Amino acid sequence: MELYVFYLFAAVAVISALWVVLFKKAIYSALSLIVCFCSIAVLFYQAGGPFIAAIQVIVYAGAIMVMVIFVIMMISPESTFPGAPGLKRLPFVVLPLSAVLATMLVWVFALMPSGAESLDGTLFKGDAGSIAKALFREYLLPFEVTSILILVAIIGAVILTRREE
Amino acid sequence: MVTTTHYLVLGAILFAIGMAGIVVRRNMIVMFMCIELMLNAVNLTFIAFSRGFAHLDGQITVFFVMTVAAAEAAVGLAMIVLFYRHKDTVNIDQANIMKW
Repeated sequence: MELYVFYLFAAVAVISALWVVLFKKAIYSALSLIVCFCSIAVLFYQAGGPFIAAIQVIVYAGAIMVMVIFVIMMISPESTFPGAPGLKRLPFVVLPLSAVLATMLVWVFALMPSGAESLDGTLFKGDAGSIAKALFREYLLPFEVTSILILVAIIGAVILTRREE
Repeated sequence: MVTTTHYLVLGAILFAIGMAGIVVRRNMIVMFMCIELMLNAVNLTFIAFSRGFAHLDGQITVFFVMTVAAAEAAVGLAMIVLFYRHKDTVNIDQANIMKW
């Protein structure tokens, strides 16, 4: 069962990753990238990282991709790439597909156990508690440095996009 | 049973697709998304080794990679918007002012 779930979501990830490259319009690429991130989140979950899987969905498929789509819609880039132009009846294809994918996601997250047998046979799972313990004890300094990095990124983004009077 | 090798092969495939996208596409936003895809492929290998060695350090590293990727997204997209404002395009071939 575990292997089937892996192959299913690996196939979804590879196909949607190919679509990211092959679609002519950037907005279609962005939407397939979201599908790719969600299926990678399932693989994270299966490999014993429920917390990382949640972060993957929230930060990657959520925050970062919303920002990318926002920029795409703001500047609506034209494309000279001779790729797939997007299907004509795209909604009729994509809606059932995404419904199936959402059902499978819910099924995996709700019913499958996270965590995996490691090499020495113990069950290994990186839930929020154990991640937090490692993060705030051994990795406290990198964690604090990360906050500085994000502050610099915020200031940089604001200064870059500010319009000079 | 899913082994570490399964994850590594999948990570390699995704990384290769992302790299091919960088080489083939000229749209800056799509190239940016391909970079994100490559980062995710690397994250997948980190998670695979974390599972294989039953050690949390790999997952912590993925956490930091994601934070850096978020910061990179903010600055990178700001640069793309700035470039579009100056050149009225997001085609990477137009970015040649440092070329000689």
